[in-house]
Amino acid sequence: MSDLELRALRKSFGSADIIRGVDLAVPAGERHAVIGPNGAGKSTLFNLISGAFPPTSGEVMLGGERISGRPPYEINRRGLSRSFQVTNIFHNMSVYENLRCAVLWSLGYRYTLWRSAAALKDAAERSREVLHLIGLDHARETPAGLLSYADQRALEIGVTIAGGARVILLDEPTAGMSRAETDRAVDLIRRVTEGRTLLIVEHDMGVVFGLADRISVLVYGEVIATGTPAEIRGDPRVREAYLGEEAA
Amino acid sequence: MEVVVFSLLNGLLYGLLLFMLSSGLTLIFSMMGVLNFAHASFYMLGAYLAYAMGGQIGFWPALFLAPVLVGVAGALVERYGLRPVHANGHVAELLFTFGLAYLIEEIVKLFWGKQPVPYRVPDVLSQPIFTLFETTYPAFRVFMMVVALLMFGVLWLLLKRTRAGLMIQAALTHPHMVGHLGHNVPLIFMTVFGIGCALAGLAGVIGGAILVTEPGMAHSLGPIVFVVVVVGGMGSLTGAFVASLLIGMLQTFAIAVGASIGDLLRLVGIPVAPHGELTGITLAQIAPMLPFLLLVLILIFRPRGLMGARET
Amino acid sequence: MTAIDRALPAMRPVGVRSSPLAAVAPWLLGAAILLALPFVFPSRTGFTIMNAIGINVVFALSYNMLLGQGGMLSFGHAVWFGLGGFAAMHMMVAIDKLALPVPVFLLPLVGFAAGLLAGAVLGWPICRRAGTPFAMITLGIGELIAAAGLMFVTVFGGEEGIKGDRVVGPMLFGLDLGPQGGVYWFIAFWVFAAALAMWAFTRTPLGRLSLAVRDNPDRVPFIGYDPQRVRYLVFMVASGFAGLAGGMAAVNYEILTPQIFGALTSGNVLLMAFIGGLGAFYGPILGAVLIVLMQSMLSDYTEGWQLYVGLLFMGLVMFAPGGLASMVEGGARAVRRGDWRERAPAWASGALAFAVLAAGIVLLVELAFRAHGGGALRLAGLTLRPGDAMGWIIGIALVSLGAGLLRLLTRRGHDGDTARPA
Ligand SMILES: Nc1ncnc2c1ncn2[C@@H]1O[C@H](COP(=O)(O)OP(=O)(O)OP(=O)(O)O)[C@@H](O)[C@H]1O
Ligand SMILES: [Mg+2]
Repeated sequence: MSDLELRALRKSFGSADIIRGVDLAVPAGERHAVIGPNGAGKSTLFNLISGAFPPTSGEVMLGGERISGRPPYEINRRGLSRSFQVTNIFHNMSVYENLRCAVLWSLGYRYTLWRSAAALKDAAERSREVLHLIGLDHARETPAGLLSYADQRALEIGVTIAGGARVILLDEPTAGMSRAETDRAVDLIRRVTEGRTLLIVEHDMGVVFGLADRISVLVYGEVIATGTPAEIRGDPRVREAYLGEEAA
Repeated sequence: MEVVVFSLLNGLLYGLLLFMLSSGLTLIFSMMGVLNFAHASFYMLGAYLAYAMGGQIGFWPALFLAPVLVGVAGALVERYGLRPVHANGHVAELLFTFGLAYLIEEIVKLFWGKQPVPYRVPDVLSQPIFTLFETTYPAFRVFMMVVALLMFGVLWLLLKRTRAGLMIQAALTHPHMVGHLGHNVPLIFMTVFGIGCALAGLAGVIGGAILVTEPGMAHSLGPIVFVVVVVGGMGSLTGAFVASLLIGMLQTFAIAVGASIGDLLRLVGIPVAPHGELTGITLAQIAPMLPFLLLVLILIFRPRGLMGARET
Repeated sequence: MTAIDRALPAMRPVGVRSSPLAAVAPWLLGAAILLALPFVFPSRTGFTIMNAIGINVVFALSYNMLLGQGGMLSFGHAVWFGLGGFAAMHMMVAIDKLALPVPVFLLPLVGFAAGLLAGAVLGWPICRRAGTPFAMITLGIGELIAAAGLMFVTVFGGEEGIKGDRVVGPMLFGLDLGPQGGVYWFIAFWVFAAALAMWAFTRTPLGRLSLAVRDNPDRVPFIGYDPQRVRYLVFMVASGFAGLAGGMAAVNYEILTPQIFGALTSGNVLLMAFIGGLGAFYGPILGAVLIVLMQSMLSDYTEGWQLYVGLLFMGLVMFAPGGLASMVEGGARAVRRGDWRERAPAWASGALAFAVLAAGIVLLVELAFRAHGGGALRLAGLTLRPGDAMGWIIGIALVSLGAGLLRLLTRRGHDGDTARPA
């Protein structure tokens, strides 16, 4: 069964139709990439899935359950977590605090106000694990706003996966990184999404073709092709609409 | 009948005074996103400056000079106070203007004392202009209405008919377009702030003479002006105008109507004791609360205000 | 608009690895100070001032829960203070009238409950908005309740207010609340208990999340929490503690008038919290102490004390948004790093320049006050009259000198470590 499914999803802002009927099914455990030119609507698609705003029409199904129209925190609690294209972390809080806030709900702590956060063993353990996973052990107490750009991007991923969501959405996780940083980031993404369903937006074709099991191409709010990397590479429409630009 | 006519006139007068204050605040608030807590303080400055200068140079020159001085003071405050604080966010800006209001009140006390000052209009204007139901109506009130209406007209023309006005208008309703005003955004902000303050100063020169000129005058009017701006809606001069009159009328009529809540309830057929704790409350007592009730309701249920183009 | 205001100081991330001793030490010190104070200032005035400080410390701390922790700028915090106070006052009257077996000592808990309840009811609509709209709603609610306070005479006593007698009901801990000295121990207990509780709150999951909401409310929904809910809960708790402070006030003053709801009370608590510093837990304590001291001591000497408070506030908003606490923090950091010796000269010269500037301003202000009241300013054998140019010249010279020096110092980068890194 598909873990994440989009059915005839549409979104317009005023008179501008940005997402124009997207159908997509991502089976559990698949790493699925969404590519497309700038302004194609990739981030908007993520916003619709994660509940940042409701779709104009159509549905989003998570594990067979309809989630579209629900607020983002409820979608997150149902096991879908996303990252942002523009780094979106808690700048004034330490790296460790960022992660600890991100694990609390998944461990069942709700809006607790009768226990000390520092005394929650499981939260501490989980935060430390993620801290180690994203390779920021050394920066544990550093305010997130003072980290280097690449480290902030790593923390962005850390905050996204810390709650243990089953479905992960990453929006251009390697944008603006150097070659070496990108390689590290890809390695990190591979490790943290092991056994989970991943939907990733990327402009770096090396990353996309190296990471994805399947790829969808979004152009002007429509998916013009979905398939394995090999199929996508060979698809003439894709070449024309998208890869052509890169080749040119 | 008599009561209705006079309430109407007084409501109009009060509403127009509110408009003189809120027009400048609307400009500043919708363009710069700064809710200027000290706006009514500039109104107070206008009244005090006119009082101080009026003694030396006469009322008419002061009518022009005082607002200009207040405008300059406002521009300086924007340039050397607000602008550096802007980088720290809206809360810091709010705190700044909050502190400024506090400071201006103290400075006024410092120079003119805590008691009201005898600021009066010249004799020409204090003569009655017409008689209604055997009560005379002083010329100065009519003068104030004329000034307020002129102000509305001139501002409206400036905004709708001049190039700069149209650009400002666009920036009012679409704040992210402010950048398109050209590279001189800071200068425009400073000018808008200065003009807004000058308008408040003008309102002070006139309002101070009709009401009382005392250190508490800013505080008694300031919050109401907020209400007008929020109720009228962001970026809307017409909204501010309508809201000013609405609130002016609302308050004067509530005061004029002697009825209590109990009277009203009995009027619609609910029999209650006439002088209970709750039912004995008169509309006049509730009058000062009404604007704030409106403010809270609008902010919760209709954040864009009556005629606003965007949310507060 | 959202409540993101990055450059305002956020609460310092509490070091997770701090040793237990480091965590307990400030509390021991605080307790020691509370125990020692009555022996240092045993006079009646001393007790009056210390009791006022205690009430305001709790009030300002509760305010910082909103602004420093939750990023909510409120112009109506007096509402919860007043409602808590009146609830406690009515209970005190009831203890007397109905001979209830309730100790007056526990009345702040009644205030807490009332504040919490009122915050829960009114906070529901208030917290639906954040940022500037939130600030304006609190302003509106504040004005509404202030007006309502004068209207409902049986509840709030009208102009005369409501009086009570605190020497009723059973005694607790054998403490006689009759004399001011007895009330001091009552206040000291509640200051300590409330401060400890509010500090503990900052460490709970909800407390940590409120920091996250203050920092970046847009991200919070994507880690599973509803920011509006977080704000609402913090708002409720903060209202509860404001009510507790109100309960302390009811017992201390034995009279409350509806004036308590006024904008003056709301503005004052904002001044105290901000001047003390929103960035550190103890900041509002410093602010409350300073403002109450200025209020009670300076007001004897000068009419201008409020002007000085205003100037201090504006100076901090513009140049040190972290308030007094950020200076303490800067000093502490330098001591920890061990470079305070190198920084000391810069601090000393900064302090000197500031003192010169302040002296100039005070001179000018005092002269101006005397300009229409008459009289002369007598200082260390020097008599300055507002009619003579001499005083004004000295004042202006001092102000220019001080301002010039400060400018020079900050230009050189010796910022005196007043500003925290963003
Ligand atoms: N909230 C909004 N209101 C109006 N238009 C919007 C909004 N969000 C996005 N858009 C528009 O939708 C279009 C798609 O934007 P989106 O950010 O989804 O593109 P993208 O595929 O992620 O591009 P990029 O590769 O540059 O990140 C753009 O033209 C954008 O201007
Ligand atoms: Mg995008």
